[in-house]
Amino acid sequence: MALLSLTPLLLLGFSCLYALALGVDAYGALLTGAKKGLTLALELLPALVILFAAVWCLRASGLSELLCRLAEPLFRFFGVPEETGLLMLIRPLSGSGALAAAGELMETYGPDSLIGRTASVMIGSSETTFYVISVYYSAAGVRRTGWAIPAALCADLACFLSAAWISRLLWA
Amino acid sequence: MLNLLFSLLFLLSLFCAVLTGKETETGRALLDGAGAALRFCLDITGSLCLWSALSELLAQTGLSGRLSSALRPLLRRLFPRSAREDGICEALSENLSANLLGLGNAATPAGVRAAKGMAALGEGGREELALLVVLNTASLQILPGTIAAVRASAGAASPFDIMPAVWLSSAVSVGAGLTAAFLLKKLWRCYR
Repeated sequence: MALLSLTPLLLLGFSCLYALALGVDAYGALLTGAKKGLTLALELLPALVILFAAVWCLRASGLSELLCRLAEPLFRFFGVPEETGLLMLIRPLSGSGALAAAGELMETYGPDSLIGRTASVMIGSSETTFYVISVYYSAAGVRRTGWAIPAALCADLACFLSAAWISRLLWA
Repeated sequence: MLNLLFSLLFLLSLFCAVLTGKETETGRALLDGAGAALRFCLDITGSLCLWSALSELLAQTGLSGRLSSALRPLLRRLFPRSAREDGICEALSENLSANLLGLGNAATPAGVRAAKGMAALGEGGREELALLVVLNTASLQILPGTIAAVRASAGAASPFDIMPAVWLSSAVSVGAGLTAAFLLKKLWRCYR
């Protein structure tokens, strides 16, 4: 586990070495990349504002408690924390929205809580399904998507369930 | 979908606040939430930038290019029709390796190139296009950098310790996607 926390530094060290050997401008690449990160953060901000505002309202009005209590039997049956419900709804539709939802859960429950970890694994092992489908099919000029959407949604469902189960096994 | 979801969230919160008499708290929460979002965004910007810097370096050193040649044999089994065309096979392996390294920005253009090529191959190509889409929606990341960056700024003790769980869960998701694709393909053929 200690080695895992060194992953970024290990990667950075070795790719710098590799870049030096190849004569690639490593510092320049890092700067370009960091600038892209800034754009990413800027693009994330609108989604964060709307989602945080909505979720905070939901909690303050007592509706979130009510919904959680209603959904609890179903979620408990599948072994998924009911707090991740909103995240799972948004995930296939919007990448920045889902990242904002996961960030909000981590702010509220802590990144190392079971909920925070489950949310992280869910985000890390899934994609923005409908965005991917629309980009690929519209680029290819194919209008009939056939079985692609149901199969992709099956994969998403399996991903969410296994993320919850694996997290509970490892960290509960 | 998102329009409906967010409209419902705001409207139902409004109703619930009036019903439970929590008007003041809910009104404040709306504005406080927006403020908290900005602070959170500032918090994650640093680690997000660092991760993007690393991704860019990985892309520019051509590490993903090396990975992609190692993936060819696998692709020939998954996409027997398209892998016969050199251009498509190259785009496919580029797409897959960029996905594995978590380089989303590099994965999409390669994937789109492959998708265009596949669409031109007729019915067989279109089935493989659906498989490509399913694989891309199932996420094959080895390095979940973005979410780890968010974890780091939220104060996680070891932001990358979720990696083994992400690998397992990704594998389950890809397995489920491939199985569903296989079964649905048969079902679709019967239906016609």
